[in-house]
Amino acid sequence: MDWGNFAQQTVNGVSLGAIYALIALGYTMVYGVLRFINFAHGDVFMVGAFAGLYFHRWLKPLFTGWPAAASAIVILLLSMAFCALLGIVIEKVAYKPLRQRSRLTVLITSIGVSLLLSYGAQLIFGAAPKGFPQLVANHTISLPLGASVTVEQITVLLVTLLLLIALTFAVMRTRMGLAMRALSNNPTAAALMGVNNDAVISFTFGLGSALAGAAGIFFAMLYQAIDPFMGILPGIKAFVAAVLGGIGSIPGAALGGVLLGVLETLVVGYSQNIGIPSGYRDAVAFVILILTLMFKPTGLLGKSEREKV
Amino acid sequence: MKNHIPHLALFAALAGAAVLQMFSPQLDDYAASILVLIGINIVLAVSLNLVNGHTGQFSLGHAGFMAAGAYASAMVTLSFAPVVAPAGPWAEGALFAGSLLLGGAVAALCGLLVGLPSLRLRGDYLAIVTLGFGEIIRVVIQNTESLGGARGLEGIRPYTNLFGTFAVAALTIYVVACLVNSTYGRGFIAVRDDEIAAEAMGIHTVKYKVVAFVVGAFFAGLAGGLYAHFITFIAPEGFNFLKSVDVVVMVILGGMGSTPGVVAAAILLTLLNEGLRDFEQYRMIVFALLLIVIMIVRPQGLLGNFRGWPKGKAGA
Repeated sequence: MDWGNFAQQTVNGVSLGAIYALIALGYTMVYGVLRFINFAHGDVFMVGAFAGLYFHRWLKPLFTGWPAAASAIVILLLSMAFCALLGIVIEKVAYKPLRQRSRLTVLITSIGVSLLLSYGAQLIFGAAPKGFPQLVANHTISLPLGASVTVEQITVLLVTLLLLIALTFAVMRTRMGLAMRALSNNPTAAALMGVNNDAVISFTFGLGSALAGAAGIFFAMLYQAIDPFMGILPGIKAFVAAVLGGIGSIPGAALGGVLLGVLETLVVGYSQNIGIPSGYRDAVAFVILILTLMFKPTGLLGKSEREKV
Repeated sequence: MKNHIPHLALFAALAGAAVLQMFSPQLDDYAASILVLIGINIVLAVSLNLVNGHTGQFSLGHAGFMAAGAYASAMVTLSFAPVVAPAGPWAEGALFAGSLLLGGAVAALCGLLVGLPSLRLRGDYLAIVTLGFGEIIRVVIQNTESLGGARGLEGIRPYTNLFGTFAVAALTIYVVACLVNSTYGRGFIAVRDDEIAAEAMGIHTVKYKVVAFVVGAFFAGLAGGLYAHFITFIAPEGFNFLKSVDVVVMVILGGMGSTPGVVAAAILLTLLNEGLRDFEQYRMIVFALLLIVIMIVRPQGLLGNFRGWPKGKAGA
């Protein structure tokens, strides 16, 4: 067995998985507080990538003389803020009026929001893929066994890790995080204890959308091309990652994302050896989804929830 | 007293389709093609309504079943049309009918395959799994060289005519209406209204869900066959997730569980689609806004009698 190739595929898979993990976190947090699948989440990811492109374009004159890392951080933070705002607005306009309706009603609405975002983006930016600027220097660093990793991949991994730590801190150590967990546990009881549910839901949407925005920029950095429909497939795959890790569980979403990224990359990398053509790449996620839901519907780290009559 | 109205209505509709076919030479090609599209969309929307509306199992994979039917029937006519064609138009008609049925059967088999593992799932999870299955069908076709791969199949004979389309549409409405309005069919509605209560009353919920999936997929397969022999060129990209959403919008606009509403919505949206042809980039934005506004303002749809899913309130 060629261990160098295996190491290379794993490195590529982990950096793709980090992006899935960031998107999956948004799904899982929204599912935690509102119990519905926010279909539009993948499109917020797309908006994040476009926001990065345009902030870079507009702010380029201001950045002259700045180190590349500083301007990249500014662009990342601005895009995350923009996506957070977008997520909060989407929740207020489209989902809040449906708070007491069934989750399928909200799911259908979120499909509508998803189409609106992607076709709206197509109207504004055009359907052709756009090139994404290079935000960090593009070096390749050699690893043992003949594998290599780019600076971009390392940046993506490090920043993802940083965001995960920050998120864990926000959820486990702050008052807002405590309110989020209370709301997820029992909304009525949380409201009776003085939690402002609307504010917490807005905060959750903002936080999840900001992470999706960061994922959008990372995806654009690694693949260098963005288009209005880039969000649909990664969005659905990230949902699969959230289900695989156990929906509602934040460490689960991170684990599921990385696992899915690695599995998908390995299937493509070893397509000749295992007899699955690489064209089946997009089917991998769906097969994993179906297997998870059949054999372990709570996911790897999820808690089971009994249905009440 | 037995109720003969549905049977009479079916015959009236078939006769109407035949009359329409006789007058088709007078129609210009554009009008005729819009009528065929309306008929195909009626078949798709009414069959999806059996699953989504009457049985309450939200499916997002209808385009996958349509693709299965379209490819199966197109492969049959592509292989046998040169052999059968010299025997005259009747033989070709029989071949087309046979290929449609085979397409429906293949789609129904896919419906069975999707239905069985999905039965443990409810609501939003089921929606995602059906979406996944629909995409898997598409990816498999895309990677199968004998089905034309990503290039698609071309040179399919234009067998679809007004009579065939509207005969299938009438048959779909007839089968779905008779199924749902029968004693047996109350089970579908019971499964939708409250699955746990239905089960407690001795209704075999699993069987009803599978039947709904298989029948819905069968008619989606017929619609796919009609579509393939109308457009004469099919590619896997045409049966993606967005095509499923198109049909879902028809069902939601018309009203889940309301056959007249869904038929009206299929006609309305097909016409709207044609009307917005020159504004292609705005078309899907209009659809998306329609979806959001209907869900907020009138979730039961234009003519729906559907009172909302009973359980699993969001945020409650």
